[in-house]
Amino acid sequence: MAESQQTPTPSVVNGTLPGEVSDRAAAAAATAQDKPALNTPFLRAMAAVVWKDLAAEMRSRELLSAMLVFAILVILIFNFALELDAQARANVTAGVLWVTFIFAGTLELNRSMAIEKDRGCLDGLLLAPVDRTAIYFGKAIGNLVFMLIIAAIILPIYSALYTVNLFNPGLLLTILLGSIGYTAVGTLLASMAVQARTRDMLLPILLFPVIVPVLVAAVKASGGFLQGASFSELSPWLNLLLVYDVIFTAVAFMVFDFVVEE
Amino acid sequence: MSPKPRLLTILDAVTIALLLVATVGVFFYAPTELVMGLVQKIFYFHVSAAWVGMLGFIIAAIAGVLYLRTGGRNWDLVEMAAVEIGMVFALITIITGSIWARPVWNTWWTWDPRLTTATIMELVYAAYLMLRQGIEEPERRSRFGAIYVILGAISVPITFFSIRFSRTIHPVIVGNGDPTALGTFDMTPKMLQIFMFSLLVFSIIFADLLWHRVRLGKLADAVEQMKLKLIQ
Repeated sequence: MAESQQTPTPSVVNGTLPGEVSDRAAAAAATAQDKPALNTPFLRAMAAVVWKDLAAEMRSRELLSAMLVFAILVILIFNFALELDAQARANVTAGVLWVTFIFAGTLELNRSMAIEKDRGCLDGLLLAPVDRTAIYFGKAIGNLVFMLIIAAIILPIYSALYTVNLFNPGLLLTILLGSIGYTAVGTLLASMAVQARTRDMLLPILLFPVIVPVLVAAVKASGGFLQGASFSELSPWLNLLLVYDVIFTAVAFMVFDFVVEE
Repeated sequence: MSPKPRLLTILDAVTIALLLVATVGVFFYAPTELVMGLVQKIFYFHVSAAWVGMLGFIIAAIAGVLYLRTGGRNWDLVEMAAVEIGMVFALITIITGSIWARPVWNTWWTWDPRLTTATIMELVYAAYLMLRQGIEEPERRSRFGAIYVILGAISVPITFFSIRFSRTIHPVIVGNGDPTALGTFDMTPKMLQIFMFSLLVFSIIFADLLWHRVRLGKLADAVEQMKLKLIQ
């Protein structure tokens, strides 16, 4: 699509074998001359990547089963670590939920990129004659869906174990906005981290300092909604989440080409 | 091998001289603050170091953008130099701040927006260096470094404002401050002069160190090239 070709990248080598062109200048020249037509529309390419991830998950059910057990374990650990009696719970529920999301999300992001890398699937994706940002958005939306699945697993378990009602529209909106920001940055950083030697350790180190605003705003907004505050009171936090989502989606969109460039 | 440029030698001497002048000025020219006494003198270098820590971040992000746009090796060297220098000065800020906070706030540390943001800035710097260490291929290492430093430079100001919604006890000396902040004071003209002078001196220190580090990076590249030639 037109807008995606305006990315400020001198050296997108669509359709060129990775490693074939080592020199940036040559790559740029090659792109200018014989850039192949991108036949697949952007949205369809993106949907194909999302579908691939969801289909793989539906067949293996790796993530669902792992996350179910992980969520129960984390809540169990918090229960004993924080002595979650009724009074303590009122203050820390939002924090416990977001810590669980963020750690589960890190595991998920690592897994999602590691399977691409280890089985050589990433090279296949990059060889496809589609805009590379379509691959990024496909992976990011796939990761977002998985984050929401994780939330859909954790919320009922927490609700049932502590007899609190977490199905509050405000809280669900906060989780959606927070997850968008988290996966927008997380997908980009995970695709860098998998190419490093120390990848499993590296992702949280790269990701956590950058997503502090998401955590601050999401915990404040979630806590507020759980204590019955109104939308207008919490709108600064929701706006902050929205701003973060927009900025980082845009930045990731602009720089993703450089991550996968060979 | 290029010899050390004469201008750099002169800049070194000027930097050292100016730093000495600033130190003398802080202790003998600027008046002692009424309530906090001598410990307030740390303010001049504390804020200047914080300024350089931030400057390092800004320069690194600009160099990162330019690297991604042009692919010039020099921008990568500037970016890494700025990160390394910024990291050291951010650490100096945190340490001098703690020394100041102990008598004035009666604590080494508090979770205030500025303190927290400075720490997160330090962590972003550290993560940047770890990312670079983890990647072997030089060209990819530079690209990833540039991307990460851009992300960090956008995220750190947002972090600052997100934490700032909560109440702070950190004094705001420059600009409008909250009068209830602990350890705040009004600067006399002499204090202001020394403060501005310290900012200038620290900026010059930054420029001097940056030049040295970029030069070191270039020499390291040259050594690498020679090694490759020997192997062939």
